[in-house]
Amino acid sequence: MYLRHLQVGQFRSWETCDLALTAGPTVFVGRNGQGKTNLVEAVGYLATLSSHRVSSDAPLVRHGAPQAVVRAAVRRDDRELLVEVEINPGRANRVRVNRSPLPRPREVLGLVKTVLFAPEDLALVRGDPTERRRFLDDLLVSRTPRMAGVRSDYERVLKQRNALLKTARLARGNALATLDVWDTHLTELGAQLLEARLRLVTALAPHVSAAYAEVAGPGADAVGLGYTSTVPLAGDGSPLAPGAPVPGTAELTAALRARVEERRRDEVDRGVTLVGPHRDDLVLHLGPAPAKGYASHGESWSFALALKLACLALFRDEGENPVLVLDDVFAELDQGRRTALARLAVSAEQTLITAAVAEDVPAALQGARVRVADGTATLLTP
Amino acid sequence: MYEGAVQDLIDELGRLPGVGPKSAQRIAFHLLAADAADVGRLTAALQRVQAEVRFCVTCYNVAEGEQCRICRDPRRSLDVLCVVEEPKDVVAIERTREFKGRYHVLGGAISPIEGIGPDDLRVKELMTRLMDGTVTELIIATDPNLEGEATAAYLARLIAPMGVAVSRLASGLPVGGDLEYADEVTLGRAFEGRRRITA
Repeated sequence: MYLRHLQVGQFRSWETCDLALTAGPTVFVGRNGQGKTNLVEAVGYLATLSSHRVSSDAPLVRHGAPQAVVRAAVRRDDRELLVEVEINPGRANRVRVNRSPLPRPREVLGLVKTVLFAPEDLALVRGDPTERRRFLDDLLVSRTPRMAGVRSDYERVLKQRNALLKTARLARGNALATLDVWDTHLTELGAQLLEARLRLVTALAPHVSAAYAEVAGPGADAVGLGYTSTVPLAGDGSPLAPGAPVPGTAELTAALRARVEERRRDEVDRGVTLVGPHRDDLVLHLGPAPAKGYASHGESWSFALALKLACLALFRDEGENPVLVLDDVFAELDQGRRTALARLAVSAEQTLITAAVAEDVPAALQGARVRVADGTATLLTP
Repeated sequence: MYEGAVQDLIDELGRLPGVGPKSAQRIAFHLLAADAADVGRLTAALQRVQAEVRFCVTCYNVAEGEQCRICRDPRRSLDVLCVVEEPKDVVAIERTREFKGRYHVLGGAISPIEGIGPDDLRVKELMTRLMDGTVTELIIATDPNLEGEATAAYLARLIAPMGVAVSRLASGLPVGGDLEYADEVTLGRAFEGRRRITA
């Protein structure tokens, strides 16, 4: 799929921007602070209804404007779709597809698929486990929409259960009488989430290894993915072998259940839920050591990039061809890695790249060029 | 801000569920412009609710007098009991005209976040009703959300040893609708609870 036309209004620094795009690579060039990233952020918003830079929608709307609009003409197979999102901070967004409004905005998810790589993704390697869990869960939801329900139910159960444990500390007779009920919800939903994550990690692992080897070039350490859980798993945290068997939901429910009972005292003492996928982590292995703490700056970049490129490969396996967005990536990579990334990126149907210096982008990706300056974006014909 | 009485009215209206500041203002000015007779009827209705409406001593549904209309009705069967969260759920089920048993209104659902546990609901009263063995079947009709499910599971566990048959309302597709309009979660549930068609 590719974006044929992108239009934004009152989005971030942009009052308006109206831009025709083509398949293949497009490089957005301009000095810092001209709004290059804002344009690709808008593309990402169409795909996920969230920004990769901020968690609330308010900063997305130009200062002083009531709402922002992002509109794109998307070519999918041989059809063209017009997708429009009106961003209303504090109120429900409005989404229209081919000029007819969607009753539920989240139905737009999946129409535009993107894989976005930005400097913020360095946190996947260096940041807290939260970042990696979110990465896994977002990918899960975009592959199986049903998981959105499981994920939000799980979060709700967790809140309820934590509230119960907190009040139980202030002991009021049989405050824990309903804990058993929440345990059932927690373990059943937790097991579904856990199983889906484990399946995803096993499917993702070979793609990550391949992408890292390609980006980092010959002689680089081999990478692997592992998963640590609050329940005992076979080979906990160590790199998963391709095609390793994943325990079923029933087995995981029982394992969670047993662990919950084991840690009951601690949970009551501390007033929080200590068992479940909300405390798990995706472990990134670089050679013999974990990437976190051991990887150099360049290696961390390459690893984060490999994770995103693996998502792209995973979508491709399923017959999807997402738009690849590379935000400010090339300046951070050495010459060899730039060329390697270019080789991988040209295979995407459309690649949108932002760069402050055009020369940082390898020749293979020098397709169409958009000059971004003084609040306008102009397409320069190659 | 408006002067004295008007602002007081807006503030009071704004505290009602589902009424925001804008709606409160609109209702307040509507009342200001309305006939004295209309306003009089509204105040009378409010006062009557305060003075006359009680909760039924048996099922805790709203009632005028000791018992509600359903508990007073001798035609309603005594052996089936339907447990709901709120009196408005009784009205919803009554509209079906399918259910001929009686009700028990819990007054909410278990939700630790809001500080609601079983002791804050009319669970003890339900157990007392089940004691004498007249009720042989219990239908749990709490809301199909996490809190409702938790309440249902809690009750089921509590009641199972008493030898009462406990069932839960089915969840799935709305009747008369199109499959394409169902959201993923509902459709997923419907798949889980599918039934074999006997030819």
